[in-house]
Amino acid sequence: MSVAELFDDLDYGPAPENDGEAKSWLAGRAGEAAHFIGGAWVASAEGATFETIDPATDQPLLSVAQGSAADIDAAVKAARAAQPGWAALPGFERAKYLYALARAIQRNSRLFAVLEAMDNGKSIRETRDLDIPLAARHFYHHAGWAELMARDMPDREPVGVCGQIIPWNFPLLMLAWKIAPAIALGNTTVLKPAEFTPLTALLFAETCAAVGLPPGVVNVVTGDGGTGAALVDHPDVDKIAFTGSTEVGRIIRKATAGTGKSLTLELGGKSPFIVFDDADLDSAVEGVVDAIWFNQGQVCCAGSRLLVQESVHDRFIAKLKERMASLRVGSPLDKAIDVGAIVAPVQLERIRSLVEQGVAEGAEIHQSPGPLPDAGSFFPPTLLTNVQPASTCARVEIFGPVMVAMTFRTPEEAVALANNTEYGLAASIWSESINLALDLAPKIRAGVVWVNSTNLFDAGSGFGGYKESGYGREGGREGTFAYTKPSWMKGAAPIQAAEPSAPASLPLAPGGVDRTAKMYIGGKQARPDGGYSRPVSAPDGRTVGEVGEGNRKDIRNAVEAARKAAPGWAKASEHNRAQILYYVAENLDARSDEFIARLRALTDLSQQRARREVAASVERLFAFAAWADKYEGAVHRPPFRGLALAMNEPVGVVGVICPDGPGLLPFVSLFGAALAGGNAAVMVPSETKALLATDFYQVLDTSDVPAGVVNIVTGDRESLGAELAKHDAVDAIWYFGDRAGAATVEAESAGNLKQTWAETLERDWFDPLAGGGRELLHRATQVKNIWIPYGE
Amino acid sequence: MAKTAPQIAGADVHRLHNVPDQPDNPGIPFDRDPVEAVRVNLSAVERRAATLPTRRTVKKAWQAAWLTRALTCIDLTTLSGDDTDGRVRRLCAKARAPLRADLVEALGFMDRPPTVAAVCVYHPFVAAAVDALDGSGIPVAAVSTAFPAGLAPMATRQAEIEASVADGAREIDIVITREHVLTGNWQALYDEVRSFKDACGPAHMKTILATGDLKTLRNVGRASMVAMMAGSDFIKTSTGKEGINATLPVALTMVRAIRAYRDMTGHVVGFKPAGGISTAKDAMAFQFVMKEELGSLWLQSGLFRFGASSLLADIERQLAYFVTGRYASYDHHAMA
Repeated sequence: MSVAELFDDLDYGPAPENDGEAKSWLAGRAGEAAHFIGGAWVASAEGATFETIDPATDQPLLSVAQGSAADIDAAVKAARAAQPGWAALPGFERAKYLYALARAIQRNSRLFAVLEAMDNGKSIRETRDLDIPLAARHFYHHAGWAELMARDMPDREPVGVCGQIIPWNFPLLMLAWKIAPAIALGNTTVLKPAEFTPLTALLFAETCAAVGLPPGVVNVVTGDGGTGAALVDHPDVDKIAFTGSTEVGRIIRKATAGTGKSLTLELGGKSPFIVFDDADLDSAVEGVVDAIWFNQGQVCCAGSRLLVQESVHDRFIAKLKERMASLRVGSPLDKAIDVGAIVAPVQLERIRSLVEQGVAEGAEIHQSPGPLPDAGSFFPPTLLTNVQPASTCARVEIFGPVMVAMTFRTPEEAVALANNTEYGLAASIWSESINLALDLAPKIRAGVVWVNSTNLFDAGSGFGGYKESGYGREGGREGTFAYTKPSWMKGAAPIQAAEPSAPASLPLAPGGVDRTAKMYIGGKQARPDGGYSRPVSAPDGRTVGEVGEGNRKDIRNAVEAARKAAPGWAKASEHNRAQILYYVAENLDARSDEFIARLRALTDLSQQRARREVAASVERLFAFAAWADKYEGAVHRPPFRGLALAMNEPVGVVGVICPDGPGLLPFVSLFGAALAGGNAAVMVPSETKALLATDFYQVLDTSDVPAGVVNIVTGDRESLGAELAKHDAVDAIWYFGDRAGAATVEAESAGNLKQTWAETLERDWFDPLAGGGRELLHRATQVKNIWIPYGE
Repeated sequence: MAKTAPQIAGADVHRLHNVPDQPDNPGIPFDRDPVEAVRVNLSAVERRAATLPTRRTVKKAWQAAWLTRALTCIDLTTLSGDDTDGRVRRLCAKARAPLRADLVEALGFMDRPPTVAAVCVYHPFVAAAVDALDGSGIPVAAVSTAFPAGLAPMATRQAEIEASVADGAREIDIVITREHVLTGNWQALYDEVRSFKDACGPAHMKTILATGDLKTLRNVGRASMVAMMAGSDFIKTSTGKEGINATLPVALTMVRAIRAYRDMTGHVVGFKPAGGISTAKDAMAFQFVMKEELGSLWLQSGLFRFGASSLLADIERQLAYFVTGRYASYDHHAMA
């Protein structure tokens, strides 16, 4: 066509990115399928390979190694061997390697970008402008943490060998999110890239070799789900970090239960995109494009549920449909397309069937009218309207370019709809009223809230979910917790299984009026549902008293009470929480003689040691009262005109299975941490010390602790712990005990992916750091990042 | 020029039928509500403005076509204190033949050699420009109403429009009183623009908002709405004399206002970014904004103009590269 002919229509025409370099790279690796283990390229032990496919053309790109358990074992061994030396390097030395990796990614940015587009199907615009620069930025940022670790977190150490399993939607970026913090903080890693998208991980491995990273610090084993499972199951891995589906997250939670492996999960989402009538609607329309048609909607934090205020719904939907008409779907290597290919036919089929189901359930469908390429896996940008919260497509993560739209009437209803999902990854709020937006942001249960923006990421701001979107943060200071552990853990002894209580062979001590210790639920004393009691005996076997034998229904009642009390306590001012904890301390101190006597009756502590423990408990309450208004969040400055507020928010309802160790101090410490963090708690005291807990509720009663904020259920610790872990309205479970107990609690927690803190090591509760430091506050809170662009 | 939008599936934003390729805006009575309903989120607009040029690009022959089109949308402008008849006549000569003959031929435009859209001058040079452009069909545009500050007495400003129209100007670029925007006196702004429109008679009126003086995009959006209500045929960003001229965020805000006004009234208004657009790459970014936000119809000179002077030279050089594969010497093209 001549220029003059093109002049009349002024269409876009083809704008292909050059893929010559990428093809040369692929040719250079052809026939050499191998893992990167211990700094060398190693063929799969079993010789198996599989092909990675370009989803835009259905053509194979490269044959890569299929990792077996033996390959994983070799990689873990290499990582293990490298770890002590790597951790022992001065921070500056590790920082230089991370800096070199960042520079190398930048130097080869176009090759990374083109390979990523070919392997994944995402557009070259996105890989060039987002994936690759953000990955480089992640290494720069974490070079800084390597540098600062020793002086900034003196009481934390590397976790050890990390097993990291990443998804196919942002292959290099997710690699960076995993590897950069791990190695910055002195860990070594075995990374398993997604089966669909291994290429940039291989190029990254080449980069590691090129910058001279010590062998074994980063290992890459390619393969499928079975390879990932072998990594999860490997006994010498200290930590598993997984990004992927909630379904697989649950499997991993169960598989790692009781193994002592630390676990962080970044899972699915069905994030709300909320448009108020006072929003800049044109900009909000563009926000929808960035929310759900970014990366073909294959984004865990994609705004996929459009909630529009009824008064502007029709106008907004009309604008959105107009906008959809100009979206261009096409070859990922075309520089002028908006939407590329779906990663694989199986995903395309899943999207198609979910959309068909949505239509069958009554949704109206609107799709971008532009042409789709003939070959490859493509799906047009899609909008489903007339969708109700009960529709399948409004609940299930479609993981494709499909937006479902619903309406709301009031801000309150917007919050209710936004939170009506098992997920809690992200949310986007559009309003020109700062009052409205900032009122809503804390009410939405999600790890990231974007105000008048969406899908913004930065290495300095933590990313991660609430609820069944997982736990742990990636990025920023909040992300460093996932790759470090408290230093006290080194050399700590394992908690031994509690010895069965000595049989209550001797009768109750005579004298005084008989006392009946009850449960404490919803601010009231409650008889055990089952109508049984259990004796609590002294070390010599003499019965000191009886406590209620709690069962599933007592747990149910206690969780109900906690659930009811949690929002009010979470909303209470930090000052108010501190005041109440101080008041508890005051009243405990006033009754210290009573608690000293009880401690002595239940243990063989000397008067002096019992006094010390009660005094320490009072002090501990002071510590958490102090923390209550000082465990503050942070103000991140991401690279745009605005702020990201990292807020430490309560987790919600916490189930606490207290350790058997000292009688009063752990109970009080965990109580203090839970309440200082703004949570409601269901506490199960140690069987042998239960009478201390039942005495304690009288302190609570006199200290203005709101009803239901603390609930105490006595009985068999392990079975009550299992009941709490099974209860899906419990948001976190803290368990102290042996591995078998930890295994039960962690496995049962998978039901709602409640946050698990299952500790099998003896900690020194008297130590101010181990018993009353930031570590506990970290457990008692979760970080929400609220992104607030500004400017007029 | 095509009379209707090209029917390319999916390529056009708007599927309006019978949309004229010229402005069609009698205006509407003043209504405060749509003015105050304007919402513009600066950060979000900036983000769209920053990413839109990364979402779209045109290469090779397509790029040449787009640049040739851009050339036909230029209001070739001289607005200097030292302008003379001779200078204006030189500009008009370039306006008639903006591309070297060999380039016109190579690009396939022998039967319809492209010209710029208009020549834009101060009032004293209207007559000379009309004379110099005689027979070319290229209209003369006059900046008016005490350009650039617009602070002369009302009668003076109205008389200036009438004088330029009498001298043969077919397009009048007016400036608004920024004070009306900065004080939120929308009725006064409406009345002012309306009276200019009346003075223009049959001439097309382009209303310069001087967005650099208005400071906020919210002001830009609201002033756009009032200017359109008062009957502007085009809304234009800048005089070229403010500290900040045409930017993509301002353009986005104004074209979205054009869209909102069209949705509200059915009337069609054109857009003219002016000032600071000096490279072919800049021009294409504005073209992408027009096509993506309003549709292909707003890519033709009936509804889209660039107020520019040095832009033409850069486009000509890029086209020369496309045709010859070599970057031209600066002296290979005639100066304006």
